[in-house]
Amino acid sequence: MAYERKFKIGEPILEVNNISLAFGGVKAITDTSFNVLEHEVRAIIGPNGAGKSSMLNCINGIYKPQQGTVSFKGKEIPNITPNIMAQMGLSRTFQNLALFKRMSVLDNILVGRKLHTKTNFIEVALQLPKVKKEEKANRDRSEEIISFLEIEDIKDTPVGKLPYGLQKKVELGRALATDSSIILLDEPMAGMNVEEKRDMCRFILKVNDELGTTMVLIEHDMGVVMDISDRVVVLDYGKVIGDGTPDEIMANQKVIDAYLGVEH
Amino acid sequence: MKPVFMTYTKKDLINLAICMVLSVIIIPTFIKTEYWYTSILIPWLCLALATIGQQIVMGYTGQLALGAAGFMAAGAFAMFNLILRVPELGFIGSLAVSGLIAAAFGILFGLPSLKVRGIYLMVATLASQFFIIWMIDKFGWFKNYDSSGIITAQDIVILGKPFTTPLAMYFVCLAVTAVLTLLAMNMARGSTGRNWMAVRDMDIAAESMGVSLLKTKVQAFAISAFYCGVAGALFAFCYLKSLEPVAFDIKLSFKILFMCILGGLGTINGAFIGAAFILLFPVLLNSVGNNVFHGAIDATIISSIEQVIFGLLMIIFMIYEPLGMAKLWENLKQKFGSKLTSSNIKNLKSSLSKKF
Repeated sequence: MAYERKFKIGEPILEVNNISLAFGGVKAITDTSFNVLEHEVRAIIGPNGAGKSSMLNCINGIYKPQQGTVSFKGKEIPNITPNIMAQMGLSRTFQNLALFKRMSVLDNILVGRKLHTKTNFIEVALQLPKVKKEEKANRDRSEEIISFLEIEDIKDTPVGKLPYGLQKKVELGRALATDSSIILLDEPMAGMNVEEKRDMCRFILKVNDELGTTMVLIEHDMGVVMDISDRVVVLDYGKVIGDGTPDEIMANQKVIDAYLGVEH
Repeated sequence: MKPVFMTYTKKDLINLAICMVLSVIIIPTFIKTEYWYTSILIPWLCLALATIGQQIVMGYTGQLALGAAGFMAAGAFAMFNLILRVPELGFIGSLAVSGLIAAAFGILFGLPSLKVRGIYLMVATLASQFFIIWMIDKFGWFKNYDSSGIITAQDIVILGKPFTTPLAMYFVCLAVTAVLTLLAMNMARGSTGRNWMAVRDMDIAAESMGVSLLKTKVQAFAISAFYCGVAGALFAFCYLKSLEPVAFDIKLSFKILFMCILGGLGTINGAFIGAAFILLFPVLLNSVGNNVFHGAIDATIISSIEQVIFGLLMIIFMIYEPLGMAKLWENLKQKFGSKLTSSNIKNLKSSLSKKF
C-alpha cells in the first residue's frame, strides 16, 4: 500500500518489562515483555484466558503485578494507579463496558474531559466566568467527538438505555475526549455485527491517522486484527508466543498451533 | 435546549421565577396563620436543605451514608457557641462558620468511604451520628454548662434588626435555602456533579478518566455535611428555638433518608418534594382521622398507620420508581405537556373536523 502516514511510527512510547501476575495460585501472566511504538496500531490477541485483559489492567494500574515494570513515555512508573496513568496521557475502554449508566451520552463524554477541567467546586457553584468558558470549551470538544462518531441523535439519552454496539462507541468517545496520546481498547468490537465492526475499524484508523493517537487493542476477530494493526503480539497461557507484523504472525507455527490446537 | 443564562435553559428560568413569586409574594400574602409558618414551612425549608446534603452524598455520589442528623447537631451547637462566644461574626457569618465546622466532621467521617462501601459504609457513617451527639452531651462546654438539658436559642439578629416573628424567620430560612439550593444546582449540573455521578455509576472507569476517588468522595461528604450543618442551625434557631441533642437523634437521620429516597435519588427538586411529603403526610392523616372519623381512631394508631404507609411507599418506590417522586412529576409533566403541543392540537382538530 503506497500510503503516506501523517504521523510516522516512532520510538517506543510504552514498554512492558517482565510482567508476572498471579491471582493466588493461578498464574495469569508470566514474565511477559513487549513494547508499543508511538503512533502505531498494536493488537494483542490470544485464546480465551490468555491474560490479555489482565495485561491491559496491569498497564493501566487496576491490577498490581507481582513482578516487572511498565515504562511510559520513557519513564518507569513505580506506583501505577489508573489516575496517574490518565494524567500521563493514557486512556482506555473496558471489556464489559464501564460507562456511567444513568448519565447521558454527552455527560459520559464530558467526564472524559476531567483532566482538562481546572476549576474547583466553589468556582463551579458560583458559576464564575472562567467556569463558563471552560465548560463551553469542554462541551465544544465533546460535541466534536459526538459528531465524529456519528452519534448526535442519541447524545441526550441515558447510556444505560442504549444497545451494546452504541455503548461501545460511547466508550470510545469518552476515551477520545481525554485527548490522550495512547488509548487501550479492550475488545472494542465484541458483540458487534459486520457493519458495526467496519464502522468501529474506520473510527479507530481515523483517530490514529488524524490525531496520531497510539492504539492498543484486544480483539478476537482475526480478519479485523490483520487488517488494521501495524504489529501484533500473541499471548497464550500468559506468555508471549509471537510478536511481529500481521504477516509474520500468520506464518508463525506456534500461533497456528495455539489457535487450531496441536496433537501432542 | 440551549442555555440562555449560565447553564440554565429558558424553562429553568421560568420555573425559578414561579418558585420565587410563590414563595416571596403569594405565600406571605395569602397565608396568615402562624401555624403554617412555625410548623410546616420553616421545618420544610430546613429539612429540604438537609435533604439536599443527603442527596449530594447519597443520590449524586452514591455513598450510602446515614448520619445527617449528627451533622445537623454539629451545625446547631456550633451556631449556638459562635453567637455566644464570637458575637462579632453576626448571624450569617456564624451560619457559614457552623456549616464549615460540620463540613470538617463530614471530612472525618467520610474517610471510611474510601475503603468500605454499601451497607458497611452506612454502619461506619452511623458512628458520626452517635459520636457527635455523645460529644455534645459529654462535654458541658458545648452547652455552656447549662444543667437543664434544653438551652434556649438566641434571638436572630441580622445587621442590628431582630428577626423574631414567624414570617421574618420564614424569610431568613427561605433566603438561605434559596441561595444554597442554587449553588447546589450549579454544582450538580457542572463538572463537579459529573465527577460525583461518575464515581456513583462506575468508580473504576471514573478513576481511569482521571477522577480522583479520594478527592471526589471526601469533597461530597464535606459539602453534604456543610448543607446539613447549616440546615441544623436553621432548624434549631428558627423551628425548635431551643437546642437539645435529643432533637437530632437517629430518627431524624432516617427521616432525611426517607425524604431523599421518596423524593428521588439524584435530584435537587426531589429534596423539596420528599421533605414536603414526609412533613405533610402525618398532618393530612391526622386531619383525616379527626374530620372523617371524628376521633374514632386513636392518635397512636394513626401514627402507626403513618409508619406502615411510609414503609410500604419506600418498598413500592424502590421497586417501581427508584428515581422517586421527582421522576413521577417529570413523567406527569411529559404526559400532559406532549398532549398540548401544537402539532397534537392540529391533529386533534383535524380528526374532530373529520368526524363532524
